[in-house]
Amino acid sequence: MLQYLIRRLLWAIVLFVAVTVVTYVIFYVTPSDPARLAAGQGATAADVQRVAERLHLDEPVWQQYGRFVWQLVGERSLGTSFVNRQDVNDIVFRAAPVTAALVFGGALFWLALSIPVGIMSALRPRSLIDRAGMVFVLVGLSAHPVWIGLIFAYFIGYKLQLTPITGYADFFNPSQEHGGPVQWAHHMLLPWLTFAILFAALYVRLIRANVMETMNEDYVRTARAKGAPERQVIRSHVLRNSLLPVVTILGMDIGLALGGAIFTESVYSLPGLGRQVLQSYENFDLPVIQGIVVFATCCIIVFNLVVDLLYAVIDPRIRLT
Amino acid sequence: MPLLEVNNLRTSFRTDDGIVKAVDGVTFSVERGKTLGIVGESGCGKSVTCLTIMGLNNRRNSTSSGEALFNGENLLEMSPRRLRDLRGNDVAMIFQDPMTSLNPVHSIGKQLVEAVMLHRDVTKRDARLRALELLKAVGIPRAERRVDDYPHQFSGGMRQRVMIAMALINEPDLLIADEPTTALDVTTQAQILKLMTTLQDEFDTAIIMITHDLGVVAEIADDVVVMYAGKVAEEGAVDEIFTRPHHPYTWGLLGSLPRIDADVERLVQIQGQPPSLLKPPTGCRFHPRCPYVMGVCRTDVPALLPVSHQPTHLQACHLDEETKDHEAAKLLEGTLAEVG
Repeated sequence: MLQYLIRRLLWAIVLFVAVTVVTYVIFYVTPSDPARLAAGQGATAADVQRVAERLHLDEPVWQQYGRFVWQLVGERSLGTSFVNRQDVNDIVFRAAPVTAALVFGGALFWLALSIPVGIMSALRPRSLIDRAGMVFVLVGLSAHPVWIGLIFAYFIGYKLQLTPITGYADFFNPSQEHGGPVQWAHHMLLPWLTFAILFAALYVRLIRANVMETMNEDYVRTARAKGAPERQVIRSHVLRNSLLPVVTILGMDIGLALGGAIFTESVYSLPGLGRQVLQSYENFDLPVIQGIVVFATCCIIVFNLVVDLLYAVIDPRIRLT
Repeated sequence: MPLLEVNNLRTSFRTDDGIVKAVDGVTFSVERGKTLGIVGESGCGKSVTCLTIMGLNNRRNSTSSGEALFNGENLLEMSPRRLRDLRGNDVAMIFQDPMTSLNPVHSIGKQLVEAVMLHRDVTKRDARLRALELLKAVGIPRAERRVDDYPHQFSGGMRQRVMIAMALINEPDLLIADEPTTALDVTTQAQILKLMTTLQDEFDTAIIMITHDLGVVAEIADDVVVMYAGKVAEEGAVDEIFTRPHHPYTWGLLGSLPRIDADVERLVQIQGQPPSLLKPPTGCRFHPRCPYVMGVCRTDVPALLPVSHQPTHLQACHLDEETKDHEAAKLLEGTLAEVG
């Protein structure tokens, strides 16, 4: 077990280096002049030169990368923004909770939606609920989150006035007009729904297929032959086995969802990582982009590890060595 | 009254290609404490017959008719609740593939305890003790330690022992074993068969043994049903079937047995393939493969009738009895000559 953890950690370091190097390379391959952007309009060539020196943009790429790693390991600092000289640590830690709220809340929504619908459609194939579920899956897979977000904002937020259309309310530090858990949840409702629909659609399909497949397993027939009532057969023999793969995929999808959060955050103007990364790309603000990439990578690595450990607990056939 | 009396049992499945009559009018009975062997090629309906008796066919795409009287109660028309009470308690079943018949995420102890708790009003502790007792009875070494292990930690033979323990845990009157040894290697097969017969004596259980292995039938069965294409070709006491077989299909089966004492180039085989049950042949279903085929075989379905000297020996063939006696004697003589 310990050996397994150590091996995983070593892999994590390799992964970390690979991801950050790729980010640096892509950044410098793109034709751009971050120093000119940072110096502002009307800056002279000498000003730009000074800015470049100050931001170490005149050094070779490998030196810049070395400096970045040195700072991260030595000072636990992701550096400072090219654009507004803000500490990147601050930027990331201000934006991360918003994205976390969106992703985890959204994950709860999509599970709460897809597990019952998936199971019901599997148990009653071709019934009304199965057909309705399939329509939902088609819509969820085909419609883009931005479009869904705009439609929700228009009908639920604007026409029915049920929820706020944009913005974020802080969970912990209420400002004068809005904040606190209730306001927070109220503001997040539409983003959660929008965010959850694509994944819910994928999961309905996945769960339906898994449950139907498990129903044909020999051990389900054995359970019936023992005289177990259908409810117990489903609960104790079908569900546990058919939801096993869902746990694995959930772990991977939550990592993936960090990327998908960009659309939802843009539509609802949520100050999360996705929106931040988009802004920073427009300004060629490498330290912020790199900081968010590093943070997201760490999150995904930790998440996959947690899922792997969890999997060993719920599936006795898997023993980590 | 026999323990189980199956009368004119029919089961058909709706498929995309049409209706498959997997079991088409099967009649037999099982006496208390006795063993009935059902033999036939793959796809002849022997497994479906037993799944129908247990009520384990998918109700969405199958329909059954006829009757299966268990202690006088028709299993086919029973309420689902009553059927659940009987299943695992009075009638238990062992399946062909022990590798997939146990739930991989529950310990075998848990699965055995579940079988007890479904039918007995006992505490978990007592159920667990009972599970241990059965695991010892089926010869699982160090049962106390292995009871909390998971199926994947057992070998195929050990898993089949666990399945037998699970089937016998409530001391059923009838045990249906659907090719319980097919997926196991030969030495394990013998052990499992021996275990089943030992436990049969101990618990006084009747067994229906589905198999395509005539050796197994000769070993443990009291009575035999030979099935072909969803119908009974011949049935009777095991001695009768082996010494005076009256159906060309049975002759074929007996003739194709490999023998350790005969030096032959090739094994004799029954020519052709078993027919598709989507569109079974007219008349006698065996006629396209039968070396004795006559005109009447192509048009008329032979009835299942007793042979003249032995009313419990039934056969469904148009051939006259003289020819059949003659051919059976020839087959037997051949066998004896080889032995001699």
